[in-house]
Amino acid sequence: MKPAATVAVAFVVVLLSGCATTQSRVDPFEPFNRAMLEVHDVVDGNVVKPVAEAYVKYTPEPVRSVVTNFFGNIEDLFVGINNVLEGNGNRAGDDFGRVLLNSTFGLGGIFDLASMMGIEKHSQDFGITFGKWGFPQGPYFFVPLFGPTTLRDGTGTAIRAYLGPTTYIFGNVPLRNSIWGVGFVDARANALGTESMVDAAALDRYRFIRNGYLRARRYQVYDGKPPPEEEDGE
Amino acid sequence: MIRIRALGASLLSLAFVACLASAQEAPDAVVKRVAEDILATVRADKELQAGNLTKAKQLLETKLVPNFDFARMTALAMGRNWRTATPEQQKQLTDEFRTLLVRTYSGALANYRDNTMDYKPLRMNPGDTEATVRTEVRRPGQAAVQIDYSMEKLPEGWKAYDVIVGGVSLVTNYRDEFNDAVKSSGIDGLIATLMKKNGAAATAAK
Repeated sequence: MKPAATVAVAFVVVLLSGCATTQSRVDPFEPFNRAMLEVHDVVDGNVVKPVAEAYVKYTPEPVRSVVTNFFGNIEDLFVGINNVLEGNGNRAGDDFGRVLLNSTFGLGGIFDLASMMGIEKHSQDFGITFGKWGFPQGPYFFVPLFGPTTLRDGTGTAIRAYLGPTTYIFGNVPLRNSIWGVGFVDARANALGTESMVDAAALDRYRFIRNGYLRARRYQVYDGKPPPEEEDGE
Repeated sequence: MIRIRALGASLLSLAFVACLASAQEAPDAVVKRVAEDILATVRADKELQAGNLTKAKQLLETKLVPNFDFARMTALAMGRNWRTATPEQQKQLTDEFRTLLVRTYSGALANYRDNTMDYKPLRMNPGDTEATVRTEVRRPGQAAVQIDYSMEKLPEGWKAYDVIVGGVSLVTNYRDEFNDAVKSSGIDGLIATLMKKNGAAATAAK
């Protein structure tokens, strides 16, 4: 069977098996998601990861840091927007201050002057905002090349992608796509360390990623003070 | 005779000094001393930065491991299954879990070079035997990550029994893994899985 056909058949089979058996509440599509992790491993392992590794190997550290800062500066704008939506005025002020400072004196965001001056970078996104507003996280999904997410977090990611700004600022399609590609490779390269650590640590990689992801998100939604988990071993 | 007495006296004073040191060093001071020591070593060593696993493992064995209570970590990660394990199984579990953690952190050590750490003020009452040491790890271009250490006071000093990274407790994440493994293949099955994982890592490192 051709690989594409195998994947398609696997898709249907796991979808059906997902319906047939009762899975846990958080991860009703576990068999499907496990198959998606395998799809991810094939695509990532053969294409994306080698590109990211080559990028790390052949690009000097200062250049990579410029790239990370450039995309991080755009992200800070959305971190600020989400802090506004969550009512964190002080943090939003820091975030917009960072964008202002880094976009101007930081030469379009390639230098993170704000961090050097002690204005902290925050981590915030639409998924966390929705969580704080009381939206349930919904089922868990593993999406090839994007990684772990939930219905709520994925919706947030989709909104974030829709807002651009690559789509609007760069009308030139090849240029826009290259910028998007560089951002993607940069993000993948920054995740290489965490990934190899998970590989080393996990007995069941699928569950280790899922449980770690869901706990980390819960911690963020509760602003670092999550209530104790309901099901506890001891 | 004199020689023996001198030896006894020096041993005694050594024990006294060790005692004094452990009695005086607060939990946050332990974390700071160990973390800064390890970071300084990584920053000064090109081989560690290049990812030399043997060297990284050696560094962690000498500097990190003595400050962890692996028996308690393993017991917590096992949850209710710990009591059903025989002492022999408990020892095997602790050894394998310890090996797994040291291997995991050895592989990640090279990435820590650019990290800087902030230590939050410790909230603790005199006489407490448990404490949480809060730190923040900063990496260039990234938001800071909270890393907390759950510590306990033992006769030989403060030791860590859990590490909580960005709200994800190491012990809790492993509890899911251990629970599933015990459910499907029993305690011996879990030991076998851990041994296999550690064995595979050992072969891959060569």
